[in-house]
Amino acid sequence: MAAAAPVRVYGPPFSSAVSRVLACLLEKDVPFQLQPVNMAKGEHKKPDYLKIQPFGQVPAFQDESITLFESRAISRYVCEKYSTKGNKGLYGTNPLEKASIDQWLEGEGQNFNPPSSVLVFQLAFAPRMKIKQDESLIKQNKAKLAKVLDVYEKRLGESRYLAGEEFTLADLSHIPNTHYLVNVCERDELFASRENVERWWGEISSRESWRKVVDMQKSPPRG
Amino acid sequence: MVVKVFGPAYGACPQRVLTCLVELGLEFELIPIDILSGQHKKPDFLLRQPFGQVPAIEDGDFRLFESRAIIRYYAAKCARDGGVNLYGKTLEERALVDQWLEVEVNNYNSLIYTMVLQLLVLPRMGQGTDLELVRDCKGKLEKVLDVYEERLSKSKYLAGEEFTIADVSHLPNTRFLMEEGMEDLIKGRKNVYAWWIDISSRPSWKKVMEFLI
Repeated sequence: MAAAAPVRVYGPPFSSAVSRVLACLLEKDVPFQLQPVNMAKGEHKKPDYLKIQPFGQVPAFQDESITLFESRAISRYVCEKYSTKGNKGLYGTNPLEKASIDQWLEGEGQNFNPPSSVLVFQLAFAPRMKIKQDESLIKQNKAKLAKVLDVYEKRLGESRYLAGEEFTLADLSHIPNTHYLVNVCERDELFASRENVERWWGEISSRESWRKVVDMQKSPPRG
Repeated sequence: MVVKVFGPAYGACPQRVLTCLVELGLEFELIPIDILSGQHKKPDFLLRQPFGQVPAIEDGDFRLFESRAIIRYYAAKCARDGGVNLYGKTLEERALVDQWLEVEVNNYNSLIYTMVLQLLVLPRMGQGTDLELVRDCKGKLEKVLDVYEERLSKSKYLAGEEFTIADVSHLPNTRFLMEEGMEDLIKGRKNVYAWWIDISSRPSWKKVMEFLI
């Protein structure tokens, strides 16, 4: 029997922020245990969970030396801590590469994530939760996302990936929401209508790491 | 090499970068960008910043945008070179700085950005303010600041006992709250208020505020 994995991730794999961390750990070839958090039952707002994530959000992360939250901070830490494991260039190998990755990772967090998260919630989760969709909000955020993707289209005409010629955290961070938009929300035309974005999405979504995350989303481990 | 910072001194994101550069003792030159005339959306500027946002920097051949990517880059560089350390001394300390920088983006800036837009930007453009949205943001911000209050009761600064770029990153938006009639959010919380007094009294922030005069 394998020894207990020292790395624990708290949260359900269907969450975009949780799956961002899972994809990073799989890229880095770092074993981990997924600790289910039942959000439908409000477990993320219970005192026990708030001790490790005071804002009541997912994911949270623990290893032998730290308790951490915020998916992009966790991903950065995993890359630094396990720098010699798995995909060694995921967060760059020198300060200039890191700066470029941080630039596009911040761009993802602030330009791509807000409109794409609204769309994913409105189009994928609201119907399941029997919440009425807000058509004007959908329209407004689709327009915002289209503008962001226009910038990506140009950038990805100049380099294979966002931060340069290698797949990095900056690309990985876009996968969870794009997966929902393309495969669940029927908004694939936003990506398919842009040649370079389409090529990029094909490459990053077919990585072994992400395929494993999709499998975990289909059959989450039982708690 | 003098770091060229492109952006207006009144912008929250340029202020984040300027404060960090002053803290680190790096020389810089501020090159104003006229947002009101739309200079940030003109082809020349879009070559530096394809999203048409401020700031962007140029340092010799090196160019970068996104304020928090810029402050990470210079903070890491100074720490590596044995200079001022604003980014943690160990892997774990740095992870906590990154964590609170991300909290600032997702839980703090996102709400205050909406309030700045509604209360300051839209009225100037002749559009109305959505007061219900502002109230909603303020309510959410109360909860976020409750977590900050708890955190700052346990450590002097957000990421621990040392002042870091996670604190720097909160300065511009907190100033907005203090100056736009929402100081009760800060003053009503003992530890948050003490933290604000501490970080806003630093010479770096005072110097950045002088650019506004």
